Amino acid sequence: MALNTAPNIPDPDGFYAELLNAHEGLSDDDSIALNARLILILANHIGDRAVLTEALAAASKGDTK
Amino acid sequence: MPLDDRYQLAFKLYPYERSSDQDASAPVRHPVVVLGGGPIGVATALDLGLQGIPVVLLDDHEGVGQGSRAICFAKRTLEVAHRYGCAQPMLDKGVVWNLGKVFHDDRQVYEFNLLPEEGHRYPAFINLQQPHFERFLVERVREAQAQGAPIELRGKNRVDAVEVKDDHVVLDITTPDGPYQISADWLIGCDGASSPLRKMMGLDFDGRVFEDNFLIADITMKADFPTERWFWFEPYFKSGDSALLHKQPDGVWRIDFQLGWDIDRKEELKEENIRRRLDAMLGPDVDYELVWTSIYTFQCRRMKKFRHGRVIFAGDAAHQVSPFGARGANSGIQDVDNLGWKLGMVLNGTAPDSLLDSYDVERRHGADENILNSSRSTDFITPKSKISHVFRNAVLDLAEHHAFARPLVNSGRLSVPCVYDGLPLNTPDALPDAPERTRPGAPCPDAPLGQGFLLDNLGGDFVLLGIGADVPDQLEVEGVALRGLSVPAGGDIKGRYLGEAGNAVYLIRPDQHVAARWPAYDNAMVRAALVRAIGKD
Repeated sequence: MALNTAPNIPDPDGFYAELLNAHEGLSDDDSIALNARLILILANHIGDRAVLTEALAAASKGDTK
Repeated sequence: MPLDDRYQLAFKLYPYERSSDQDASAPVRHPVVVLGGGPIGVATALDLGLQGIPVVLLDDHEGVGQGSRAICFAKRTLEVAHRYGCAQPMLDKGVVWNLGKVFHDDRQVYEFNLLPEEGHRYPAFINLQQPHFERFLVERVREAQAQGAPIELRGKNRVDAVEVKDDHVVLDITTPDGPYQISADWLIGCDGASSPLRKMMGLDFDGRVFEDNFLIADITMKADFPTERWFWFEPYFKSGDSALLHKQPDGVWRIDFQLGWDIDRKEELKEENIRRRLDAMLGPDVDYELVWTSIYTFQCRRMKKFRHGRVIFAGDAAHQVSPFGARGANSGIQDVDNLGWKLGMVLNGTAPDSLLDSYDVERRHGADENILNSSRSTDFITPKSKISHVFRNAVLDLAEHHAFARPLVNSGRLSVPCVYDGLPLNTPDALPDAPERTRPGAPCPDAPLGQGFLLDNLGGDFVLLGIGADVPDQLEVEGVALRGLSVPAGGDIKGRYLGEAGNAVYLIRPDQHVAARWPAYDNAMVRAALVRAIGKD
């Protein structure tokens, strides 16, 4: 399975608000820690090593082309 | 330079004795000279001596240095020691442990059980102070000498210069009686991480330096800590950025604190400062005595090549890792295991000297695997940047509640022997239905056999192992004797060597690694595989 970079989240605005909400009131350090935990949880859910490598490459490039 | 001891001895095992070589008019030539009387050097001498190959070992001291140093010895090391005839005293003295616990701050985040598979003669690990490990090796050398093994251990013989020729090496040696020279067909450098031999030859030793200091405190105490490995990340008692508690024989405990990079070594080694850290960790009510303390730093690096013509390097002299994972002494013993039979065959004229190039290739492969594992552990234990610290702690936080994060916790991946995958001595797998763990290149896993164990019957020479398949009792190929061994296809042997295959024939090297495997005996295929396995292909 290749990295899915097409729109895939129903209710994108709702998700985005929830993401920001989770960081509400946190210090920068706590926000960074939360993001790290979130990345690890999501990465485990994906599980597919090739997809994770693609995702890392996409994130490092700053775009998803 | 005077011949003074650089360190105190735990055991004086090879006191200086004058050798007739010192009175010879010309340098006496020896087939093999081993440089360094540590565990790797003595094991090399033992391996060769037990094959009947004359070997002279030189060390600038007269025995084993003080300090527990390496304390975790892996199953594979015990299996090799078993072949040398000295594993039982190690096992009798050693502490067997299986359970490891990992803490972050004041919380246990994870525990692992090595859960050793049933049906092996030796446990996954024992803890034993390095001086005892070395003493048992030397005691075995003495026993072998008494039975005629041509081994000489020469204490207080310091090598000050080497002249490396195409087919031999000349050594300048200093002794309490003055200098003398000998020459060697082969010189094996087992003279440790700071290898004087490597420096004399001007050889590289490149890799990564880790900017951290660790304090070791070995203490004796009467406390009821269990026989487990306890590892703390950022411990609540603030004695270090990480801490380790591990049991050794004789009521001794290894405690290890991560101190950071910018420290005052002398200050930190003062007893009152060490006690301050220990008191914080153990609490006010625990009485203890300091046995040995030391501060160490480490590097992960290796030589580009382990073989340089007639000079071959092994152990820490060739490669160095961080201590996490117990991959130092254990990998050095695997070097010896790999080198012994090859050098033996080259000296006996049954294999070409190019067989020794396979030592270089196989053990560099092993060193790279160990360096990779130990670097990754180190990066987890001592994060090098803010974000790596954040991820490390995220893993630890999640591990407490979520099983998925526990495999990411890395307080050291414990030493297992490497598989020589894809390397030239292997014959491609002709039994793909059989388990992957016994594929060509893999070390043979043990299994019960009759009243003993399978590994008791393997090693030392080439073995043709028939499992539910007939093999000849004896076979000679290119002057190499092959010993046939037929065993029934049942029990753990079936699970570990057959899997879905109904029967199998394995060609097993003298170091108990699989060279080739097939469904049945075929003389031509066995011949071809053996020719390849001795470097004649």
